[in-house]
Amino acid sequence: MTHLLTNSPVLPVLILLSSALLGTVIAWRRPSLSWPFTISVVAVVTAISGYNLVRVLREGPIHYYQGNWAPPIGIEYVLDHLSAFVMLVVNTVALLVLFHARVVVKAETPGKELGYYGTALLMLCGFNGIIITGDLFNLYVFLEIGSLSLYGLIAVGERKAPIAAFRYLVMGTLAGCFYLLGIGFLYMKTGSLNMADTAAILPSMLGQPAVLVGLMFVFLGMGIKMALFPLHGWLPDAYTYAPSASSALIAPIGTKVGAYVLLRLVYFVFGITIIARTLPVAKVICWLAAAGIIYGSILAIAQRELKRMLAYSSIAQIGYVALGIGMANRWALTGAILHIMNHAFMKGCLFLTAANFRRKLGHSDISRFDWSIRKKMPWTMAAFSISALSMIGLPPMAGFFSKLFLAMGAVNGKHWIFLVVILFSSLLNAVYFFRVLEKAYLKPAGDAEAADGACARDEAVPSMLIPTLIMALLLIILGLLSTVIADGILAHIAPPGL
Amino acid sequence: MPIQEITTSLTPLLVVAVSLGAVPLILLSSRRPNLREFWTLLAAIAKFTLVLTLLPGAQAGKITQISLFRLFPGVDLCLKADPFGVYFALIASGLWILTSVYSIGYMRGGHEHKQTRYYACFAVCLSATMGIAFAGNLITFLLFYEILTIATYPLVIHKETKTAITAGRKYLVYTLSAGLLLIAAALWTFQLTGTLDFQAGGFLSASGLDGKTLVPLFLLFIGGVGVKAGIMPLHSWLPTAMAAPTPVSALLHAVAVVKSGVFGVLRVVGFVFGPTLMKQFGLDTILIVLAAVTIILASLIAMRQDNLKRRLAYSTIGHLSYIVMGAALLSPMAFSGAVLHIAFHAFMKITLFFTAGAIYINLHRENVSELSGIGRIMPWTMGAFALGSLGLAGIPPVNGFVSKWVLGLGAVQSGHPYILAVFVFSGLLNAAYLFPIVHRAFFKPGEGLEGKTEASPWMVAPLVVTALFSLLFGIYPDLFFRLVQLAAAIGGQIGGLLT
Repeated sequence: MTHLLTNSPVLPVLILLSSALLGTVIAWRRPSLSWPFTISVVAVVTAISGYNLVRVLREGPIHYYQGNWAPPIGIEYVLDHLSAFVMLVVNTVALLVLFHARVVVKAETPGKELGYYGTALLMLCGFNGIIITGDLFNLYVFLEIGSLSLYGLIAVGERKAPIAAFRYLVMGTLAGCFYLLGIGFLYMKTGSLNMADTAAILPSMLGQPAVLVGLMFVFLGMGIKMALFPLHGWLPDAYTYAPSASSALIAPIGTKVGAYVLLRLVYFVFGITIIARTLPVAKVICWLAAAGIIYGSILAIAQRELKRMLAYSSIAQIGYVALGIGMANRWALTGAILHIMNHAFMKGCLFLTAANFRRKLGHSDISRFDWSIRKKMPWTMAAFSISALSMIGLPPMAGFFSKLFLAMGAVNGKHWIFLVVILFSSLLNAVYFFRVLEKAYLKPAGDAEAADGACARDEAVPSMLIPTLIMALLLIILGLLSTVIADGILAHIAPPGL
Repeated sequence: MPIQEITTSLTPLLVVAVSLGAVPLILLSSRRPNLREFWTLLAAIAKFTLVLTLLPGAQAGKITQISLFRLFPGVDLCLKADPFGVYFALIASGLWILTSVYSIGYMRGGHEHKQTRYYACFAVCLSATMGIAFAGNLITFLLFYEILTIATYPLVIHKETKTAITAGRKYLVYTLSAGLLLIAAALWTFQLTGTLDFQAGGFLSASGLDGKTLVPLFLLFIGGVGVKAGIMPLHSWLPTAMAAPTPVSALLHAVAVVKSGVFGVLRVVGFVFGPTLMKQFGLDTILIVLAAVTIILASLIAMRQDNLKRRLAYSTIGHLSYIVMGAALLSPMAFSGAVLHIAFHAFMKITLFFTAGAIYINLHRENVSELSGIGRIMPWTMGAFALGSLGLAGIPPVNGFVSKWVLGLGAVQSGHPYILAVFVFSGLLNAAYLFPIVHRAFFKPGEGLEGKTEASPWMVAPLVVTALFSLLFGIYPDLFFRLVQLAAAIGGQIGGLLT
């Protein structure tokens, strides 16, 4: 057992990879077992991620050499505070969403559960691998594993989903190619694919054209993956037409993984201060992020379909993370990492409520919302309200605190325009969320039956409601504990030059 | 400055938490109205009693505080019951008891819907108000300030009519924008000084900043707290928010919410900037001009309102700026006057709002022009109204005279005697927009009042009590809780530090 636990950094990836295959076999023989099996696997993986975080907090960063081959020859897994933290967030959200998924998957993708859970596990395997790997090429491999499963999870959705998935596939593959080309250029110059090794070699050759081109390709690739404005084109359709369970799984963690890679590369491989001397990368990220925040928020206001509104809101929210990465100071970085967590839970919760609406009302069309919803689904609406307030950035919800850190980062770096963007966008968020809240709580119901209050309660089943409410509750708890988390975990993340 | 004795105690936290704890109980008893209202009353009385236990310490100039956990790097969630905070908490929680009694009469008399939501939100609002009163630093202040904003929203839109929803939107736009300005101000301050803890005499004074930074910073702060304080031109949400049920207008839009705004102004002036900096960089002039304009304009606009609640709302805007003026004058006496006016205006204005609500529920009338003759059938209600009006106009022996007198003395002490003219003129205007209502009610023949009697005792009792308190405080200001001494001590604590 102890021997197993010393290998804990590699366990999530291994378990997920093997059970993705095993799970499909099990599901093929006994379809009824596929959901329980998936849930248990993800629960175990989440527990291991929790253990990993504790271990890092106690022992400091752990460098794990695959097959005991020392880097730069072998592949290294790096379990540091950043990767352990993000991994725990990703797996926790995935656990809650998959727990919620049983009914939805059965209803929305009948007969396809067999492949669905296996693909979901494979995607999680990819994400976990991306987060923990310390090797640039290994990252590409996991990126493709994650992305390919992701396309599958989107494509099984409604009628337009295959087109959306195909569009995403084209864009995503392009992104993958850019990334691969980029590290190809870097490898050509540095002769290494290990992140730490590359980080040590790069500063001496930053001015060289090949390295600069490599950098550009890597950033472009990641920009598409994380849907950084104006590279977000694939996102709205993909999120809208995907099955509810998939959008709830992908929206909170999919783009976050891209943001994580950007953060990892910018701060730990290239070094933010070092790049700044040759390329204004940080500045460009900041301005694109700011534009994305405003663009996403305004378009979200214009949407009629709840999932589509949430999709545009995601573009805006990923902008906050990117802005935090680009502003390049302690506060902003902490804010960005906190926002990765907070937004994962907020968006997860919102997409879960959207799934509940679709399941119970048969639609998630905002223009058809009226106050019968609050009578039918009071708990789902409560969860929706909490996460909406969090998205707007109101205390004591989580969103307030990550925005507070980001705003402090803007003040600290004297980025006054970005401060205005961060604060002003809260008002835009308020507009599009209160529009929904007003309808769902205050708009009189059209039909007479609902109007005279005879509307019976018709809440989502417990297996859907409980994860939704847990997420909502976590938003309040994590919000109040933001600084405790920042001081206890994030303060140890010390990229060079910051 | 004498070093203040600080004791750690759970009491401030309990004061905040007690009504929050009542929320689930209120929600669970939604089908049993009597039990539900019992929880509200119990929470109100418990809250007031807890505040009372803090009072002796506050009178002795001591601070009771509790720090919970880190809310922001270097900043704790800190509840600090200093004399000023205890004073504000005392007024708000005391009046909550009366408002709860009144609410029962009002909500049941008007057969209002969604009473559970109403009582639950009210309880959250009071928790937030206590949090604002006891906030030991700007982040804690912000936290509760925003919670208050959100918790008030369902009360503003309570009637769920088109007007109410529009009012709700306007309310949100104003208050949320203000919250953002306050966030910006707080973070900028943190960047400049590295601390956010309120400190009598201001913590910015030690930072050696120049006017180029301080003036914009001050404007950000005033933008942040000025919306809730109804400083013109940031006031227009308040008359619109009168779409809310009258008890909400009474307690929140005459006491808790708007007073949180002026409380914020006083905190910013006295505990962030401090009188010395205010004076040195001419920040006091900005505030004096804003307050003077608001006092006069609001009174003039009030005269033109036929809707009784809107008239009272403009009157509130004017009186809030009396308090802002007291803060801007920067002398100990002016501060004391401002602090006193927080309490005394609360008693008077809540009486008038209670009256307006009683008339509305009893006779379904809400316009001044329809009030002829009602004094004869509702003598207690309109008698209380008359007392409140006298007080707001500043006529002895009602308490409004006392606070205005102290404010006037403060103006002289600060070397701004011309401010007296503003006070006097505004007093006349107050009389001009309130006395005609009294005259009309008692001396003009009314129509369609046959068979009508006084409103329900649930409503009449609280408004008579608040009117009596106004009178008693006018005759013998120190009668209860030695309020005047406390106000004087607070004024001295802040204003005495002017160098």
